[in-house]
Amino acid sequence: MMVELDPATDDARLAARLASDLDSSFESLVVAHQDRLFTIAFRTGGDRHDAEELVQDCFVRAYRALATYPPTRIRELRLRGWLTTILLNAGRNRARVKRVPTTELTFEPGAEPAVDPLTRRDERETWARLLAGLTSAQRTAVVLRHVDGMSYAEIAEATGRPEGTVKAHVHRGLAALRTALLAAERREREEIPA
Amino acid sequence: MNDQIDPTTESALAGLREPAPVGLAHATLVAVGLADDYAVLHSPVGPLRVAWNGRGVSAVEEAPDDGVFEARFYARTGRVARRRDALPADLARKIERRLAGRHNRIDLDLRGSTAFERAVWMKALEIPRGEVRPYGWIAREIGRPKAVRAVGTALGQNPVPLIVPCHRVVRSDGMIGQYSLGGPRNKRTILAGEGADPDELETLARAGIRYFGSDTTHIYCLPTCHDARRVTERHLVRFSSAGAASAAGYRPCKHCRPTVATAVA
Repeated sequence: MMVELDPATDDARLAARLASDLDSSFESLVVAHQDRLFTIAFRTGGDRHDAEELVQDCFVRAYRALATYPPTRIRELRLRGWLTTILLNAGRNRARVKRVPTTELTFEPGAEPAVDPLTRRDERETWARLLAGLTSAQRTAVVLRHVDGMSYAEIAEATGRPEGTVKAHVHRGLAALRTALLAAERREREEIPA
Repeated sequence: MNDQIDPTTESALAGLREPAPVGLAHATLVAVGLADDYAVLHSPVGPLRVAWNGRGVSAVEEAPDDGVFEARFYARTGRVARRRDALPADLARKIERRLAGRHNRIDLDLRGSTAFERAVWMKALEIPRGEVRPYGWIAREIGRPKAVRAVGTALGQNPVPLIVPCHRVVRSDGMIGQYSLGGPRNKRTILAGEGADPDELETLARAGIRYFGSDTTHIYCLPTCHDARRVTERHLVRFSSAGAASAAGYRPCKHCRPTVATAVA
C-alpha cells in the first residue's frame, strides 16, 4: 500500500539530508520515490521492463547531478517535480535512441475480446488500455495529475509547459477517456446476443 | 481546483498506481555504487566471490560461504552485497581475458583506499603475466624506495586480487612469499598457471642468483623478464647483485628495470 504522508514536508526533510550527506541518504530518496516514478514510467510508457530501466536510469542521473550540486542548491530542490523532470527527459531520450514511439500501446477498439470493462476481473487493465489510447502529451498530463496526484503548478514546472496547456491536456485527455469508455461499453452491449 | 472529473474516473485513475518491482531499489543503489552484487567465479584456486557495482569490481575474495563474505564485505565497505546467480556476461568475459594475460580494461571500485595503496596496486598491474617483481621493485618504481614493508602491507590489502595481480610480487630475496587470497599455496598455483615456475624461482633465490644477463647484449634482467628468458643457456650469465652485473660491464634492461630493485634488495 502506498502511504500518503505529507510529500512536500517529507521531501524538504529529505533534501536537507541529501544536502548534508548524499551517500548515506540516497537510499531514502529511492525508497520514497520509486513507486511513484515507476507508476509514471509504466503508465506513460506501457512496458514494465522499460519502466524499470527508465526509473533506474532516472535515479542514476539524479545521483550524478546531486553529486555535483552545492548543498544550498540541493536543499532548495523540490524533489517530486525535479525527479519527474529527469524521468520524463530520460524517457524522451530513450524513445529517441530506441526509435520506438512512446505511444507503442495504442488503444485499438475491438482488439480485445468484448467483456464489460467495468465488471472485468481486472478493471485496472481496462483503464490502463484506455490511457494508452491517449496522445502522449494528454497521457503524461493525466497520469501526472490523476494517477500521481501532482498539482498543475508542479506539472507545469516538471514538463516545462505553461499551466494552461497542461490543464487543456488533462481536460482533453479525460474527455477522450470518457468517450473511449462509452464506446467500449456500447460495443460490448451490441455484441451480447439477445 | 475543478477538473470536472467524475468520482469513478478519479478513483479508477488513482487505482493505476503501481509499486516498483522488488529489487529495483537495490539495482539502483548498485548502479550508483552504494550497494553491490556478487557471484561465484570459478578460478584455478577454487571458487572465489567477486563483487561489483556501477563503478567497477569491488571485491575478489576467497570465503567459505556467502554469510562470511557478506559480513566481511560490509565490515570493509559499509555496503550491502547481494548474491546473484552469475557475473554479468561481459564482466565474466573481461576477467577471463585478464587472467589469460590480456591487458584489457576492467573498471575497479577502490574507494576507501589510500593514494599509496592505489599506486602500489596500479604498479602491480604493469607486471606481465608469467613474470614476477620483488616488493622493493614496486617501492622504487612508485618513488618510495624505503617503503618496502608498506608495499607488502598494501598488497595484502588488495581488494581485487587476481585482477590486480599482487601474486606477481615476491619477496626481495626472491622467495615467493605471502599471499592474501587464501595463502602462499594459492600464489604458487597461480604463478605456475601463468608460466612462472615458483620452484625454479626459489631454487635460484636459494642459490643467490638475482639477475640473468646475456653475454651478447651485455644487458641484465630480472630472471622472469621476457627478454631474459629468450637468452639461450650458452649465452646466459648469472649475477648475484646489480653491482656485480655493472662491474662486469652489463647495463640494466629497460623493460624489467632491474636496478631499482637492487637499492632495496
